[in-house]
Amino acid sequence: MLSPLAQARTAPVQAGAAATPKLLVDGLTKRYGAITALEPTRLEVPAGEFLTLLGPSGSGKTTLLQMICGLVEPSGGRILIDGQDETRTPVHKRDIGLVFQHYALFPHLTVAENIGFPLRMRGVAPADLTRRVTEALEMVHLGHLAGRFPKELSGGQQQRVALARCFVYQPSVILMDEPLGALDKKLREHMQYEIKRLHRETGATIIYVTHDQEEALAMSDRICLMNHARIEQLGTPHDIYARPKTAFAADFIGVSNIFRGQVRRDGSGAPMLVTGNGSFRLSADTPDRPDGTLVVRPEQLDIDGDGDNEVRGEVVDTVYAGSETRVLVSLGGEETITVRLRRGTAPPRLGEVVAVRWRADAGVLVS
Amino acid sequence: MSAATLNHDGAFAAARRRLRFGPLWLAAPGLAFLAIFFLFPVLRLLGLSVQDLETSAWTGDHYARIVATDVYFRVLMSTFRIAGLTALLSLLFGYPLAYWLAQLPERQRGLAILAVMVPFWTSYLVKTFAWMVILGRTGVINQILSGTGMSPLPLLHNEFGVMAGMVHAMLPLAVLTMLPVMTTIDRRLVQAAETLGAPPANAFWLVYFQLSLPGVAAAGLLTFISSLGFFIVPALLGGPQQTMLAQLIITQIQEMLNWAFAGALATFMLVAALVTCWVYDRLFGLSSLSGETSGRTGGGQGHLRSAGMKILSALAKASSALGGPVGRALGPKMMDRLLPLYSALVIVFLVAPALVVVPIAFTTSPFLDFPPPGYGLEWFRVYFNSDLWVSATIRSFAVAFATAVLATLVAGLAALALARSSSRWRGAIFAFFLAPMIVPRIVIAVGLFYLFAQIGLVATDLGLIIGHTVLALPFAFVAISAVVKGHDWRLDQAAATLGANRFRTLMLVTVPLIRGGLVAAFLFAFITSFDELTVAIFVSGGVKTTLPKQMWDDMILQLNPTLAAVSVVVFAIVMALLLMAEWLRRPAR
Ligand SMILES: Nc1ncnc2c1ncn2[C@@H]1O[C@H](COP(=O)(O)OP(=O)(O)OP(=O)(O)O)[C@@H](O)[C@H]1O
Ligand SMILES: [Mg+2]
Repeated sequence: MLSPLAQARTAPVQAGAAATPKLLVDGLTKRYGAITALEPTRLEVPAGEFLTLLGPSGSGKTTLLQMICGLVEPSGGRILIDGQDETRTPVHKRDIGLVFQHYALFPHLTVAENIGFPLRMRGVAPADLTRRVTEALEMVHLGHLAGRFPKELSGGQQQRVALARCFVYQPSVILMDEPLGALDKKLREHMQYEIKRLHRETGATIIYVTHDQEEALAMSDRICLMNHARIEQLGTPHDIYARPKTAFAADFIGVSNIFRGQVRRDGSGAPMLVTGNGSFRLSADTPDRPDGTLVVRPEQLDIDGDGDNEVRGEVVDTVYAGSETRVLVSLGGEETITVRLRRGTAPPRLGEVVAVRWRADAGVLVS
Repeated sequence: MSAATLNHDGAFAAARRRLRFGPLWLAAPGLAFLAIFFLFPVLRLLGLSVQDLETSAWTGDHYARIVATDVYFRVLMSTFRIAGLTALLSLLFGYPLAYWLAQLPERQRGLAILAVMVPFWTSYLVKTFAWMVILGRTGVINQILSGTGMSPLPLLHNEFGVMAGMVHAMLPLAVLTMLPVMTTIDRRLVQAAETLGAPPANAFWLVYFQLSLPGVAAAGLLTFISSLGFFIVPALLGGPQQTMLAQLIITQIQEMLNWAFAGALATFMLVAALVTCWVYDRLFGLSSLSGETSGRTGGGQGHLRSAGMKILSALAKASSALGGPVGRALGPKMMDRLLPLYSALVIVFLVAPALVVVPIAFTTSPFLDFPPPGYGLEWFRVYFNSDLWVSATIRSFAVAFATAVLATLVAGLAALALARSSSRWRGAIFAFFLAPMIVPRIVIAVGLFYLFAQIGLVATDLGLIIGHTVLALPFAFVAISAVVKGHDWRLDQAAATLGANRFRTLMLVTVPLIRGGLVAAFLFAFITSFDELTVAIFVSGGVKTTLPKQMWDDMILQLNPTLAAVSVVVFAIVMALLLMAEWLRRPAR
């Protein structure tokens, strides 16, 4: 069931989805002296989307986020919210919510006062304010803790207060900078679910920063993969996982087996990749290029199964991870590949020499 | 490095570009204030000291006269002697006490520190009055002596009297400066040294003592510099042999109006203070004063360092040679009690004088007999019925209040500005705000007197407030900076993203969170002003007198029980303020 607050949000979201994007970042860039924290970047976020900025440390995620909310002044470019240029709007006048990594709850205010703060700043009448605070507290299941001070709460509870404080004033766009970074794994997973639920119930537009790829895959409508101060690839989680555009993207998201080599055509014109580990057939729709990196996911490899391509190697380790078992096969020297064991097969013995095969269309050739 | 700090720096870098100077603007009122009422008058005074009175030509005559005139030269020497001795004795007596405090459990340490702080919070005049009561010919000690049939001892108006008063005043400063360094020393290091085969004396001198040295040096610096400018204690507890530079300056101004000569004397004092600071900075780095670790601590230059090590080894040998027989004579149990016993005695020395005044305030006798022959409220009645005393009390209150407000405001803005600035001027501005603490008060006071005489602020409340604010600013600044340093600026960013503009962020988030520092600053400033005599001696006068000035005048003329009554009231007011501050400082709720 949706709360009244949530209903209020969902209506305009559907109406505006097709037209102008909720948020448009256009040529936005940031330099600190000689360092470029963000290359000129364009990003469109439709209303109601859950977009994740994913990338290694220093790739410019926080910089992008802080420019969107106005805490950092861009060196160039524009930020449009609902088509309005907001690049020069001071932080406190932007209709944007930011959830900080360490929550940034005001230690001298109670939970209820913390959540009421943005409403107070907007001159909401006291009666209305109390009602909305109560609603927001219910939304994050913290009704019973309204009178506590932040330091009397657990990490997970503090995180929920931070979320409530952000959702309560229904900002156009909600930004979250590694909001779960300080929580342990179990709590993280639970909070991921809670954030998704809030997103569903309120229909808010959310930009979420993480450098945990599993989190990104699990939560996002789209993932914006960042590297070296620019967008590496933008797409749905499935897109990026199944069709990475670069070796970096393939390597950063999920486990990948990678072979570098030269592209050749065989007699029939089918593309082949000639590598140090042998020649491999590529999928027929592979774009033309002289060389590249072949990416094959562990679940696409098969030990002693069928396939167009084959490598042989010695089993050096098997890793049991609950839901699946992975087998590490050494191709000689430093090189190993990871194979996901098919369900119901017995793991091979260590030291056994196996043939690993995959179909030509399972691999993706990237730059 | 965390992205959050990176990016808040980024935010301010951006803001700075917009405003050119950025948040440093907040320090502008303080800088202007200090430039006009501190830097300018002090420089002016130094200028006067090298000018001929009539022709205004450059001259070194005034300096030549100081060195050539035997009396003046002796005063100069006795000033350094007394200040040096005070620093030395404060360190000697204070070190074991600080050592003992450092190893106490948190709670007990807090209580013990409160006791150590008593003289710190007691007005100089009250303290000095108490020592006169204790050490006088018919004072507490001599009464006790004559009661047991011994002949009275000369305790007052000599070197002993001065040292008692000075060390009593400086000991808390020494202890409180050494303590933070000692509490951070990991005592397991000493144990480690012992397990590595060092005898206890070696382990102490070569490990613990060496690690505590930065604290000792800082304490030595602060006590020495503060002692240089003393005049209340030597004037009232010492004899002619103990005359100090500040007294000489006061006479030169008050009786001869000889600005140039006073300026030359002031220069000597200032140079001494600055040279001490410079030496300290060479050896330890001034930044370690404020508790910031400097790269230099523990390092030191080659031969200096090895000489130091030799001295410490010698000390270790000496103390184990001495400790062995003494330990055997007293037994291990007694040895363990030695330190607490000693510390208790020092604390009694610190607290007792303030308490001695109390019974005398309630005496029925017109003299300072101890113990009083009877008890009554006679002297409080005299106090409250005297227009002079009452108006002085009210003036002191009002001036202190105005000073506290002004100093807290100006220092608060400056502290906020510096905390958020990454400007290369930051260090210099920081030092400038601390400077009035290092330049002896008497130098500032004489400089201000000269300035005020020209712009008509002598004998005005405004003049007093300005002068006191100059003196109080560094304390307020340090108190606020300490808290601001730990402030989480992300909370301010959070407030901004939630819709609070700069002013509301300041009032609703920053100020409540640094309230502890603001309250402390207010309190320091209030008490600095309430107890201030150096500026008041020149700037207040006639009917426009302050409480310390009135006490000073009375104490020079003749001691009387009214002074005890006043002392008790002053003491009670300060204690009430401290309690109130403690209550205000507690977290909300
Ligand atoms: N104030 C600043 N001054 C100079 N360089 C900065 C500043 N803030 C960020 N940078 C640089 O900009 C780059 C991007 O930083 P940013 O904080 O956006 O990375 P991030 O993707 O959020 O990394 P993380 O995952 O570690 O949080 C980094 O190279 C960083 O060193
Ligand atoms: Mg970041």
